[in-house]
Amino acid sequence: MGQTVIEKILSRNTGSLVKPGDIVTVSVDRVMIDDIMMPFIVDKFHEMGFEKVWDPDKVVMIYDHLVPSSQQDDVRHYKVGDRFAKENGLEHVYRSDGICHQLMTEEGYVKPGDVVFGTDSHTTTYGCVGAFSTGIGYTEMAAILGTGTVWIKVPETIKIAIDGRLPDHVMSKDVILRIIGDLGADGATYKALEFCGTTVEQMSISSRMTMANMAIEAGAKCAVFTPDEKTAEYCGTVLGEWERSLSGDGDAVYDKVITYDARGFEPVMACPSQVDKIQPVRLLEGTAIDQVFIGSCTNGRLEDLQAAARVLKGKKVAPFVKLIVTPASRKVYEEACACGAVKTLVEAGAILTHPGCGLCCGRAGGILWDNEKVVATNNRNFLGRMGTSKVEIYLASPEVAAACAVAGKIVLP
Amino acid sequence: MSVGKIFKFHNDLDTDQIIPSQYLLLPSIEEMKAHAFESLDPEFPQKVKPGDFVVGGENFGCGSSREQAPGVLKALGVQAVVAKSFARIFYRNAINIGLPVIVCKELPDQVETGDEMELSMADGTAKAKGNTYPCTKLPPYMQQILNQGGLIPSLNEEVI
Repeated sequence: MGQTVIEKILSRNTGSLVKPGDIVTVSVDRVMIDDIMMPFIVDKFHEMGFEKVWDPDKVVMIYDHLVPSSQQDDVRHYKVGDRFAKENGLEHVYRSDGICHQLMTEEGYVKPGDVVFGTDSHTTTYGCVGAFSTGIGYTEMAAILGTGTVWIKVPETIKIAIDGRLPDHVMSKDVILRIIGDLGADGATYKALEFCGTTVEQMSISSRMTMANMAIEAGAKCAVFTPDEKTAEYCGTVLGEWERSLSGDGDAVYDKVITYDARGFEPVMACPSQVDKIQPVRLLEGTAIDQVFIGSCTNGRLEDLQAAARVLKGKKVAPFVKLIVTPASRKVYEEACACGAVKTLVEAGAILTHPGCGLCCGRAGGILWDNEKVVATNNRNFLGRMGTSKVEIYLASPEVAAACAVAGKIVLP
Repeated sequence: MSVGKIFKFHNDLDTDQIIPSQYLLLPSIEEMKAHAFESLDPEFPQKVKPGDFVVGGENFGCGSSREQAPGVLKALGVQAVVAKSFARIFYRNAINIGLPVIVCKELPDQVETGDEMELSMADGTAKAKGNTYPCTKLPPYMQQILNQGGLIPSLNEEVI
């Protein structure tokens, strides 16, 4: 019987033919630890009686939510992390280089077919290069650091096939928002999403990253794209026979198969305060806004900043609107400087911030207050996510967000 | 198990509501627990008593992977979370720290905050308002982790 992509990855990892519902123990290829969870992980690691991490080369530590510090407590997290890294000989430590999910793929820590865990729910992102990756809590991470293994339940797979050319002004963000709207916030709970079709084949790795990143917003355990030549180039690797086989078999069994015609997509927004509350932008036009945020692990990459720059070229951000742009990594920042996107954005009136999680996790750099409205390119619009619980967050693509910044209200690009 | 009072919450309750991100850097769960459900019911930490229950709808605990979410509920003495369904990371985290998470399709719609309920994990039933509702039992592997009090005692057991 045929297999889905995730079943193939987990079968190879465990050395046995797995099927959905099986509880299996996987060997972990890489883990990502972020700064917020650092002290909790270290405490649990010691509480479990471990002394050394199982394989220092497989551990990546990234300070991103709390960089640069905005409160005294932030510094404590760096110190705990630095001490743990030293004690365990960890060399893959990033202290001010960007957002964890961006760095994990950009720096080559995830390859097609890998099994990866991270202490952040958006760890689903690495499916963009054909890996199994998912988020876990800090106790479980401590256990992996000690043993190099963890149990998982093999998920059923929902196949999402998208074919054709997307209309103008539609980005992969609009595609994934629509899919989340159709599935619902729990429509893929415990399941894997497998994206395929000519539309996703045409997409850049960055665009695929946006979609895999947001799979968790439908409850998915993971999301995966078939690795191709773009993947190989991005990862700096050559695809072997097995990696090339990482597409769903014709006779694989799926929980369900959903098909989309790309021509049917349009710019959309997730309205306050649920990610699955999707509306076409055309129905929201005219809503006045106070701020726009372009950044995050969902949409802070070069193509996102360039899309915003194309809209903002020669224009000005509306009076009273703050446009905050946060590149996802130092490399993205450098590239956006080199290609002129940063100059265009700054001339238009954008506030450029340091790479990192920034405003998305609601800790610093543009916190909003009661009754303010923000159009944002990140992944969650939950109550209180970017300020007080009376802030209204509309999630959108970078192109839509940039157009809204110029107009001072919700508009189509 | 003993009778406890119900605190009921809505569908798709996300972990940002259980414990907002601005409190995640407090040095301990004990200090965080005073902020549980702050955006929805600021008095929850004072009102909830050891042995009480949190009841949710579908997709309880969606969103962020923060283990502090089940952590503060356990620290406040919540006996179990009973919901129609759970988001997967919350579910795993809860079991790993020894907080029972019980799937019960019917009960949440039949009860309100303030009602009393009684849970029997061994029988897989919950009783409230004179009715008995069936609950889904955990897979044996997870039940074992829970029985041992969470992942740490469970791992220690394996090592021994």
